[in-house]
This record gives sequence, C-alpha cells and structure tokens, in this order.
Amino acid sequence: MLNIEPNLSDPDAVFAALMEAHRDLSPEQSRRLDARLVLLLANHIGDAAVILAAIAVAGQPVSIGKSARDAHSDSDAS
Amino acid sequence: MPYASPRYAAAPLGVAGERHPIVVVGGGMVGLTAALDLARRGQPVVVVDDDDTVSVGSRAICYAKRTLEIYDRLGLGTRLMEKGVVWNRGRVFFGDRQVFDFDLLPETGHGFPAFVNLQQYYLEEWLVEACHATGLVDLRWKHKAVGLTQDADAVSIAVQTPSGCYDLQANWVLAADGARSFVRETLGLPFVGKVFRDRFLIADVTMQAPFPPERWFWFDPPFHHGGSVLLHRQADHVWRIDFQLGWDADPEVERDPERVRARVRAMLGPDVAFDLEWVSIYTFRCRRLERFRHGRVLFLGDAAHQVSPFGARGGNAGVQDADNLCWKLDLVLRGAAPEALLDSYDAERVPANDENILNSTRSTDFITPKSEAARAYRDAVLELAAEFPFARSLVNSGRLSRPAVLTTSPLTTADTDLWAGGVPPGAPAVDAPVLCDGAEDWLLRHLATGHFIQLRFEPPVAGAPLHTVFVTATPHPGALHDAQGLAASRYDAQPGTVVLLRPDQHIAGRWRRHDPARLQRAMEAACAC
Repeated sequence: MLNIEPNLSDPDAVFAALMEAHRDLSPEQSRRLDARLVLLLANHIGDAAVILAAIAVAGQPVSIGKSARDAHSDSDAS
Repeated sequence: MPYASPRYAAAPLGVAGERHPIVVVGGGMVGLTAALDLARRGQPVVVVDDDDTVSVGSRAICYAKRTLEIYDRLGLGTRLMEKGVVWNRGRVFFGDRQVFDFDLLPETGHGFPAFVNLQQYYLEEWLVEACHATGLVDLRWKHKAVGLTQDADAVSIAVQTPSGCYDLQANWVLAADGARSFVRETLGLPFVGKVFRDRFLIADVTMQAPFPPERWFWFDPPFHHGGSVLLHRQADHVWRIDFQLGWDADPEVERDPERVRARVRAMLGPDVAFDLEWVSIYTFRCRRLERFRHGRVLFLGDAAHQVSPFGARGGNAGVQDADNLCWKLDLVLRGAAPEALLDSYDAERVPANDENILNSTRSTDFITPKSEAARAYRDAVLELAAEFPFARSLVNSGRLSRPAVLTTSPLTTADTDLWAGGVPPGAPAVDAPVLCDGAEDWLLRHLATGHFIQLRFEPPVAGAPLHTVFVTATPHPGALHDAQGLAASRYDAQPGTVVLLRPDQHIAGRWRRHDPARLQRAMEAACAC
C-alpha cells in the first residue's frame, strides 16, 4: 500500500537536499539525476504494486486538495 | 567456403482434385518442422512452397534450449549441437565500457545449453533431408498457393506451378507461409499490432575475429553513436551484426555494401579482414492474429504472429507452435481425440505468443527510447547497472526466449497434492543427467517418444503401460538411475511420485502416488475428451 500520510522524518532537509542536488545542472542533467533517484528509490521500495500506485497518483491532474478560497472559508467557519 | 544454397527440383504438376489429410503451405523452418513432426507420427503430409531453396541469409539464428530439445525429439539435436555455436553468456556495453555480463544457464546437468546459434539455412536443409527420410512428406517446390477456400469438410487450395495450375483438397491446412502469409491475406484476417518506427541493418560477416561465442550488445558505442549494436557468432566464422539505424535512415543508401563495410570497419578496427555474406534492412512490428485456428486452417510461426528480433522469440515461438499442434492434429486424424482438441492450440499458443509480444515490445522500447524522458531513464539504468547489481535486472537488451508454461490451459490438471516446488503442471519437462544401464544419459531423451508418458519415481512395477519411464535413486533393472539426485530434486519427487507428460513433453499433471483413475482423468483432459 502506498503511504500518502506524512512520513518524512525531516521534510525541509529532504526538500533542500533535492534542490541542492539539482543546482547548476542543465535540464538534461537534472532529468538524468531524477531518473537515477527514482530508480534507486523504486528498488528500495521493491514492491511493484506500491510503485505502480505512486505512478498513478503522481500522474493525476494537480487539482488534488482544496483551493485557497475553500481553505479560507473553512477557517472562517472555525 | 561461403554457403551454397541447394536448389530443389520443381515438383511435377499435381492431379486435379487430389485429396490429402494435411497440406502445409510454406516450406520454411516452421512448415518443415511441422511436416517432419507429423510424418514421424505416421501422417502423410504435402508441403507446397513457392520457392525452390532454403532461407536466404541467416535469418533466425538463436535456437533456445527448448527448441533444441524439440529438435532432439525430431532427431536433429546432435546435428544442431555439432554444427552450431554453443553459448550461454551475454555481455552488455554502454558507451565504451562493459556494464555487466550474465549467464543464461547457471545450472549444470542439462543436455542442451541455453542457446545454439546457427544460420537458418542449415537447419532448413536438414529438415528437408529428414522429411524425405520419413518417406511420408511430399515436398512440392515451386508450387504456389494462389487461392484457398474452405467448407465444413475440406479446404480447397488453388496451386500454381511452372507447368500449370491444379486444385488440392485437404482435411487440414497448416499455414506456415511467413509474415506476408498469403493464406492469412486471402482469408481477410486482420493482423494488427504495433509498428516500431526504427530501422535496423543486419550484416552477416565472415571473418577470423577474436570475439568469444557470446551475445554482445552495445548501447551507444563509440563506433556507432546514438544507436545500438548486437553481435552474435554463427557457424563457419560467420558473425551476425545488427546496427540500429533510426527511422530516418534511407534503406536504399544503407544497403550499399561500401557503406555497410564502413560501419563494420568502424566496429572491428582497420586490421580485421572480413567479407560481407548477406545484408538486409528491416523494420519490425509486434502483432498477431486474433485466433490461430480458423476452421480447418491453422496458422503457425510468422504467419500467426510477429515480434521484434530482440529476445529470439520469432523462430523459437514458431517451433513451439509446431510442437504444440502436431500431436493434437495427429490424435484428431486418428480419431483418438475430438476436433475440440485443436481449439486448445489457440488456448495455449495465443497466451504464449502474447508473452513473446509483451517481452519483445518492452525490449524494443528500452533499446529505442521514444522520448527525452525515456532516454534519460534508459541511460540512468545503464549507468547504475555498471555500479549496482540491482539495476542490472532493469537492463533490457532482449528478454531471451523462455518456454511457454501452460498453467491456465484447459488441458492441464492442476495440483491437488502438496508440492514444495518442482516442474509445475503446464511447464515443459526439465532435463537431468541419469544413468541408463550404467551409461551416462539424459532424462529428456527418454521422454521423447512423441506419446503420452508416465514418469514414475519408483522401481519398475509389473503391468505398467507401454510408455512408462521409471527413475530410481539406486540402480534398478529397467529404471533410469538418478545417481546425482537431480531428477528427483528438479521434479520435487519422492518415492511414488508420478508425472504425466503430454506428447510435447509438457506436464499434464502430477501426483504423489500412482492412482490410475486420476491419471486417466488427466489424460482425458489433456486430449479434450
């Protein structure tokens, strides 16, 4: 089962490390880096069903979650 | 000496309205294999072929272990081993470095290797000889099928020959007339699938070169930037080299021998002398007929399905088609099984060929990336593979032909007893070294009668049916001696274990102990009775 709940031990550090790894790379080099990264992580996960689920989620349109206005009206209500 | 193709005499004109139980259209590798198999079962066969010789160029060159075992059953195994080039090892290169190598048959104790490379023309020549030797195959060269109709009782074929035309009647027609099958086209059967927008150059090159007998595959080598190259050794110091040219290549320009020589010279270096034996430019498709049986017409080989060459799944699939079909057709013609048994040819070979198409499509997508992203992933896999073993399983330069396992076939009886492994129902029998009267021998040789066989792991018992093979851990008269214990371990056998093999050596069912009733039911299921 693909875990889509918060699971990262240090999200800011992970995000920063990703940005750092791509710094000064050409688009082609970045693409290659990402590909290597995906393959390494996919192997670590191992279970093809989890990886296929992640591919499906990643490929969905980006309208997941609430719009800013919905989020604002939620906070009004509280 | 370059290979000289035999020329066979054109057959005389047939007799109008003559009727035969089996007519094979197409005297290529698959058609001849089917004719030989049927003739060895006692069936007379007429083969019509529009040409008068064997294959031009090496064409199918890699015969997989299962194919070698099938040809051994048909009496050609020793010849293939003697003339062919045995190989088990493959190497993959990326740029100017080796990424890794692999052994396709890491286990010893098998009569045949993972692969033998041999030019198709040799095999066809031997098949012609073997067909003649049966006295039951009527090979009609220069007889071209130009029309075909069928009704419930027979197929009628219009045949054109240099000396005129005639009509043939057949109970059954085997269409083995290749990728451009006339039979398929005249019946208007759709042949759909995927076209790959790429072109490849095949060169058969004669040379004295220091390459070992291995499969070498280069991604983006220095001598052929941006493309892939595949090298195989064949008999007579002939080497097969495939260059990926890309979709934009002009076939007419690329066919020019000087241009081909320049490509080969770039690969081998200036000091290696070589001759070009055969050159061909090809594109390929992965596609199949929806069904392989159409009434009294059965399609085999490239006439039924096509794949890309990476993985050696074309010729090997065609031979397995023949292996699967011929015993069934023989039983039907003898009245020992209902015609419904022929439907199992579809049920078994369609999934098997889908597996080939799937694998060959995936290999082609890896070899020819279709987008920037695909290329980035492909190259990332190759880079990682050089360093990390995990990535080697992702490198796909061709998933080499494996025999079909007919697990879901209606002919296969599923396990009911407890097994800890071994050859499962639906799989082809696996070889093992045995002693026969003290002499070294191979188990599969004894399972190649062409009939149903009981393989029993116990000392011989009185009253066993004719085709029973006994295997024992200690020497017993009338039993094969499993001195190394490999037969027992490969079949997960215990004393009393019984395995029922079909005439094509696939496992029909297996049991922990002999039970005539269960055996009989499995046998009936395997004959669609």
